[in-house]
Formats: sequence, structure tokens, C-alpha cells
Amino acid sequence: MTVEDALQSYVLRLGDNALVIGQRMIERVAGEPELEEELANANFALDYIGQARMLYSYAGELEGKGRGEDDFAYLRDSQEFRNFLMVEQPNGHFGDAIVRQVLFESFYLLQLEQLADCADTRLAEIAARAVKEISYHLRHASQWLIRLGDGTDESHQRVKESLERYWRYAAEFFDGDDVDDWIQRECNGPDLGALAKTWRDNVEALLEQATLPIPDDNLDQTSFSRAGGRQGNHSEYFGFLIAEMQHLQRAFPGANW
Amino acid sequence: MNEKEWPLYEVFIRSRSGLSHRHAGSVHAADDQMALDHARDTYTRRMEGVSLWVVRSDLIVASDPADTSAFFAPAEDKIYRHPTFYKIPDGVENL
Repeated sequence: MTVEDALQSYVLRLGDNALVIGQRMIERVAGEPELEEELANANFALDYIGQARMLYSYAGELEGKGRGEDDFAYLRDSQEFRNFLMVEQPNGHFGDAIVRQVLFESFYLLQLEQLADCADTRLAEIAARAVKEISYHLRHASQWLIRLGDGTDESHQRVKESLERYWRYAAEFFDGDDVDDWIQRECNGPDLGALAKTWRDNVEALLEQATLPIPDDNLDQTSFSRAGGRQGNHSEYFGFLIAEMQHLQRAFPGANW
Repeated sequence: MNEKEWPLYEVFIRSRSGLSHRHAGSVHAADDQMALDHARDTYTRRMEGVSLWVVRSDLIVASDPADTSAFFAPAEDKIYRHPTFYKIPDGVENL
């Protein structure tokens, strides 16, 4: 694996996570319970799309074959995407979206904070910018998790079920491969083992505040596939997501505003 | 939609350090922290400010429009309350 290959794979994965969760948030537009939440959600979605654009542009430059952000977003098939399974899961209800955001962003923020100090200047700059955006997202979602968990009996029960639904997908964040190892070793990137511990501590502290029980880790022993996004093995929902996202470019190649 | 509306909060933004907070509008929110978030998401999307205040609208004590004549009209003809009413005497240098 060359330097460019590893870095390009890594940057592309970051871009895929950002694009896919951004797309899921876009699906929620016009469906939020309050006007102000509507604005917040749309802002967050666009933050992610912005991050994906920067990451894809950089991935294209590293690859050096003339591919740009639109090529990565609109002209790849599902098995070429390398996002986590967590971010592609269907939206469900408001509590589901909040739980997914909290679990993913608790990881993503730690990852970005490490990358802001990484040896690759361009990636460090993108990460430093994204840290500011995601810090606020996570603050917003965490407050909601506390409100829902420590709210009414019904909100507590529903968000507890959401947590049990998404919990099994979190292990994939820390299941690194040779690309992650390379970034850590050669680029002063995140140490996934250390991140896993910090993530767990942070999430447990938040769940305690939200009066929510920490889900049983053995839950996922009984479930279907909960990892494989990094290898391009996506859940059944992913095909529908990219079909909708890519429809316009596929039907009218090169279409422009 | 909600059967019960969230309370209204008034939003004040300081656009730059050194300036005072100015009223920007209002948001609905279930609690104080949420009001601050909503104010941020609604009113500072284009770098409008460096500081935010939110306050429950029902905590603001406002003057009654019906009292306008008693409250404000008497000031109309009190020109001596303006500094420009006074002539500066000759010989006063530092005023």
C-alpha cells in the first residue's frame, strides 16, 4: 500500500460517512416537530455535505485520476461506499435520529480532534474545521437525549428502544483495519483503542445523565450483520438511499444547476 | 403538531465586541438551553453575532401601547432636556 493509497482510502471513508449521514438528515427535512428544529437539522445536514465535498475533492486529488466530488457521490455503486452501517440505518422517529447522532458523533468528534493534529496538513485543516461544526451538533443532540431520556415515561421508553436498536452498530467504529493502522502509525492519526475507551466513558456519562441504562453489549451477538460497511457490505437499506441520492445524475448524466 | 406550544423566547444578538445586544426576533423552545440553540440556529447562520442572549418573553415587562401619551408624549416639548438647548458661554474651553 502506497502513501497515497492509504491516505486516499481513509479520506474517502470519512467523506462517505459524512455524505451518507448528511443524506439521511436531508430525508428528515420538512419532517421535524418544530420549525426551529427544522432549521437545526437542515443546518447539520448541510454541514455534513460540506465536509463530504471537501473530503471528496481531496480524495480525488490524492487519487490523481481526475475524479471529483460528484464522481464519488453520484457515480459509485453501493459496494464502493465505505461508510459505517450506523449512518445508513433508516431514520425512524425523532428519538432514533437523536440516538444515532449522539452515538456516531461521539465517535466522529474524537476522530476529528485527533486528525486535526495529524501529519497531513490538508486533512488536518479539514478536520479542524469540522470539529467546530460537530462539537455543536453533538451538544445539541446530547441535550435532546437528556431531555427525552429524563422526560416522560413514554419518551424514556422510546429512546431506550432506539438506543438498543443502534448500539450494536457502534462496535464497527473501533474495528480498524490496515488503513486505520497506517494513518495512526505514519500520520499521527487516531488510536482506535484509546478512542474506544474515551467514547465509552463519554457515552456512559451522558446516558447516566439521561437516566438511560447502558445497553447490554451481548445484544449484538443475536443480531444480524452489524459490521462490514468498511468492506462495502452494506445493509439492505443502503441501496434505496443511494438510488434516491444518485437518481438525477444517473438519469441525466452530467446534469448541472 | 404540538397540542401545547413551547414558550416563546426573545433573542438578542451582539454583532461585534463593544456593541450592545440588539433584539433580533424570537424562537419557541422547551427550556433555556434549547432556546439558546434555537436562537443560534435561527439567527446566527450568517455570522450575525459573537454573543447571544435569550429571555422568556413572558418575563419581559413592557410598556402598554395605551399608555403612550402618558409615557412618551410629555417629552416632546421639553427641548431643554437636549444638550443643544444650552449655549456654551464664551470663555468655557473644555466643554
